[in-house]
This record gives sequence, C-alpha cells and structure tokens, in this order.
Amino acid sequence: MKRDLLPLALIAALALAALPLVPSGATWLTLTIAGLAMGMMIFMMASGLTLVFGLMDVMNFAHGAFISVGAYAAASVLIALKGGMQAPSLAENLAAMAPALAAAIAVAGILGWIFERVVIRPVYGDHLKQILVTMGGLIVVEQLIHVVWGPDQIPLPKPATISGSILIGDAAIERYRMLAVVVGLAVFAALWTMLNRTRLGLLIRAGVENTEMVESLGYRVRRLFVGVFVAGSALAGLGGMMWAMYQESVTAGMGMQMMVVIFIVIIIGGLGSVGGCFVGALLVGLMANYIGYLAPKLALGSNILLMVLILLWRPRGLYPASKA
Amino acid sequence: MTRILSGDLPRSRVLATLLIIIAVGLVAAPFVFPGARSLNVAAKVAVFVLLVASYDLLLGYTGIVSFAHTMFFGIGGYGIAIAAAKLGPAWSNLLVGFLASLVLTALIALVVGLLSLRVRAVFFAMITLAVASFFQILASQLSDFTGGEDGLNFRLPALLQDRLVCYYAVLAASAALFLALLRIVNSPFGRVLQSIRENEFRAEALGYRTVIYRTVANCLGALFATVAGALYALWLRYTGPDTTLSFAIMIDLLLMVVIGGMGTLYGAVIGATLFVIAQNYLQDLMKLASEATAGIPLLPNLLHPDRWLLWLGVLFVVCVYWFPTGIVGKLRQARSVPLRSSRAA
Repeated sequence: MKRDLLPLALIAALALAALPLVPSGATWLTLTIAGLAMGMMIFMMASGLTLVFGLMDVMNFAHGAFISVGAYAAASVLIALKGGMQAPSLAENLAAMAPALAAAIAVAGILGWIFERVVIRPVYGDHLKQILVTMGGLIVVEQLIHVVWGPDQIPLPKPATISGSILIGDAAIERYRMLAVVVGLAVFAALWTMLNRTRLGLLIRAGVENTEMVESLGYRVRRLFVGVFVAGSALAGLGGMMWAMYQESVTAGMGMQMMVVIFIVIIIGGLGSVGGCFVGALLVGLMANYIGYLAPKLALGSNILLMVLILLWRPRGLYPASKA
Repeated sequence: MTRILSGDLPRSRVLATLLIIIAVGLVAAPFVFPGARSLNVAAKVAVFVLLVASYDLLLGYTGIVSFAHTMFFGIGGYGIAIAAAKLGPAWSNLLVGFLASLVLTALIALVVGLLSLRVRAVFFAMITLAVASFFQILASQLSDFTGGEDGLNFRLPALLQDRLVCYYAVLAASAALFLALLRIVNSPFGRVLQSIRENEFRAEALGYRTVIYRTVANCLGALFATVAGALYALWLRYTGPDTTLSFAIMIDLLLMVVIGGMGTLYGAVIGATLFVIAQNYLQDLMKLASEATAGIPLLPNLLHPDRWLLWLGVLFVVCVYWFPTGIVGKLRQARSVPLRSSRAA
C-alpha cells in the first residue's frame, strides 16, 4: 500500500500559513509549540476512543469520564506528595509524578474494565442504546466523582522545576508544554510500534478492518476488545492527568468539555484510525492556538470549520479505517 | 376526543388517569397550589412537555440522537429575548424575534441534517454535540447582543405582564402544539418515520427517501423546540445560557424522554412532569435523608441534595436496559399482554 503523506503535509501547511499572520517569529514558535503540546494531550485522550470504535463499533460517550477520573486520581496522589512536587530538584518532582501517573492509569483502566463489563457489554450492536447508556454512565460517573472527591474544583500546581518557561531566542516556551510534547510523542511511538510491529497490533488492525474475518480465523476479537478498551481508558486517564496539570485545576466536568474537541479530532482523523487521530489532534491543537491568538472568539468555531473542510475533502476523515 | 388525540389513545387505564390528573393539575395549578414556586413548576412542566415531545419525535419515533435540541430551544428563547430587550416590549417586536428564530432554526437544522444525517446515528450525535457547544460559546461571547453569561432580562407587552394570563397563554400554546405533534406522529408521515427507525433498509427498499424524511423530521423537531424556547422565555421574562443552552438541560431532556418512554408522546408528558417535580421537590426529601444518615460514612454524600442527578442517572441507565419503552411502555404492556394472547388464541 502506498503511504499517504498528504495529511502530514497539511500540518506543515497549517503551521506555515500561520507564519505570515503572526507578528513575530518568536510568537509563532511559542504558539506552534503550544499547539503541538495541546495536540499531543488531545491525542492521548482521543486515541483510545477511536480504536474502540474501530474495533467493535462502540461509540463510548462516557470516555470523558475516564479523563476526569484519571485526573482526580492523579490529583489525590500529587496532593499527598506535595513535598516532592514543591522540591526544587527535577528528580524529586519526577519521583512524585511517577506514582500519580501510575494511579491515573490504574484507576482509569480499572474503571474502564468495569464499565465495559457492566455498561457496554449488554448493548453491543445497538448504536442508539450505546449512545444513551454511555451518556447515562457519564452522568453517573461524574456524580460519583462529586461524591468521592467533593463538588469543588481542586487546584493542582505544576511541579516546581517543570513550571515556568525557558527562552529560545526571543521565544518563551513553557517547560510543561515541552514535557507534554515528549510524553505525547512517546505514547504515539509506543502505540504505533505496538500496532505495526507486533502480532497483537496486527490482530487489532485486522479486527478494525474486518471483525468477522478475524473471528472466523479463530481469534477472540471480544477479548482483544476488552484489552483495547482498558488500554484506551488508561490512556484517557493519562491524558486527563496531563491536561489537568496543564490547566492547573481538576473539575468533574473537564472530561465532558474535552469530549467535543475529541469528537472533532476523531472525525477529522477517520473513525478507527490511530494515525489519523494523531494528525487530527495536532491540526486541532495548532488551529486552536493560532486562532486563539489571532481571533480569540472563534477558537472552537475554527475547529468545526476545519472539520467541515476536511470532510468535504475526504468525507470519511483523513485516514478512513473502519468498516462502513 | 379520539379526533383530538389523533386516534392515539392512552390504551391503559392507569396512564389515562395519570394524564387526566396532570392535565387537570396544570389547568387548576394557579388556584389549587398557590404561590410563586408552584406556579413556576407548573409553567416549567407545560413548556418541557412540549420540548420533550419534540425531542421524542427525533429520538423515539425516528431513531435520531441529536445533542443540539437545547440549541434550538435556546434560539427560540434568545429570539424573544433579544427582540424584547433591544427593540422594546411590543407585540410586533416579539413577532419579529419569534419569526427570525424560526427561520434561523430551520436553516441550521436543514444544513446540519443534510450534512450528517445520511451517515450513521453516531456521526450525527457527535456533530450535533460539536455544533451545540459552539453555539453555546458563541452565545456567551457575543455579550453585547445576548447578554453573555448573565443573559437578558426583558419586559413583555402589558397583557402578558400579568402572571395568570401569561401562564394560561403558555399552557394553551403548549397544549395545542402537543396535540399538533400527536397529529404528526400518527399521520402517514409519522408511520414512515417509525418504519425508518425499525428498519431503515426496508423503508428505503419500499421507495421512501429516508434521508429526506429524516431531515424533515429533524427540522420539525427543531422548530417545535424553538417554539418551546420562546414560550419559556415569555414565562421567565429572562433568557440566559443556563436556562436554555446548557448541556445540563440536554441531559435532563434525555432523562425525561427515556424515563417517560421513548416512541410515545405520552411518555413526554409523564417524563417531563415527573422530572420537573423531582428536580424541585426531590432535593428537599434527599436533604432529610442526608441529615438522617449523618453519622454513616459516604452515605450522607450519596444522599446529598446536590446528588439527585446521580440517582436519576442510575434510573436512566436502568430504563435503557430493562424498560426501553419507559413508564408509559410498562403501563401499556400491563394491559396489552393478555389482550394479545387472547387474540392469538
């Protein structure tokens, strides 16, 4: 199969198109890094959702709940380890963040596992009920967060050595954004390697393309699906933690707020495609930052416009992957 | 009577009794339950019956999940509010605002429908969610025009300033439109919608252009929601993001439709009444329960008055699994099961 690199060129084109519009090169660099960082975090949150949809045709509107739960779990750990977070050494900061990261991934993953068993399993194959039931699940989980962690938003300061920014030339670049880009790239590389270089990834990709065929060859797609669902939820939890630290606060509604952007991203990318999701997330992140700087009132509108334009160009998204 | 209800009778004695109680309760509300709060509850029930019924036309009858219904509700509300607040409280201004909002609604519903109704239900749900949230942000940012987060307070023509007249005007309009919706779903057009819900492929094979039927249903549902929004604005003499556009109202709507019963407009009546009453009075009850369990860990939090949505959410999930036809479906089933078996015998 020929590699389709046009969507990648689109990212570069968008970044270059913004260059003459922004007053200085330094601002442009700041915005671009900010956009990439935002895109990476959106990608972490969205990648699980698109795979779940591609593999089992399940659209999980409650995905946002995993984002919030991951963020809350991480926040609990980080508050307990306040000393490590405020210490001026990078090693101590990272030592405090590691258990928080583990907590976010574990709690969101376990919740995902329960959610798949209890909520989603009875409604396979029925889109209408899936949308309704997962919506109901979102309400319940969001309310349970209030029950466990209380109704107020929790402030979550960035660790001491990763807050603030560094100067590259005239461009001020937040350290945390660079961390987000690194983590995002690592997640993408891991996912990409897993999907393209391992047997498991081969089965997942085959399952996305043609579930019945994989089943008839004797593989249990359903079991595969549970694994993907849990991994996707865990990724959402990771993304939730990153996003919450970026915003420096945690609210129960944050997952739902992100869902709108996430939907736009996975529609742009092509439902079921991880690569498309990555490109879509970067496009949306860059667009949001450029437009947010040039015409702040149009930020979300610009993303919808981007979605419409891309759907006019490729009606099934950048990299159509799933069946139908 | 059969004619007024378009031949769609309640078909259950309990349901009929409930509907009569609700109708009589709404008509008599200003006299039987005096006080501003209960009149507010009654007016909200009247408006939401219409809003939920219009949503049921989409969700229950056509099988379309839209998350943009509150957007249309909001357009109706803002149409009246902007006209009354900026142009002054004259009948002609209200009419202009109302017609403008209807035109805007029809256009948006048509464009969104044509763009995304030809693909799958999931797609439509995601796109309407995106469009609705865009609209919500737009409304809060164009603050010179819409009043932003604070919304708009306005005065009405003298006649409608009287609470009692206003209440009965809202109630009458809502009842008339509800009966119109009942007419629509029981017309040949409504039957085609139901056939699309049941088996789109077969409906298409029988020669119905399903995309057109769905788009028309989408526009109709949106227009009725716009009228409901206008009525609500008239009653509150206020329109703001929290009363019309917010996503919380969209979730309330879903709960009302599903708990009342999808695919039957009487479900809208039952669901909306139950929900609005619960919203206003359940919290008092939960407060008592929360205080009574104050010593036990976690339980008071679960029963905290602000957590009432948790219990409705659980009820919602349970309904979707085990009672997909909701309360009305259950009531009807209770009678129709022996009937069907006697026919079969």
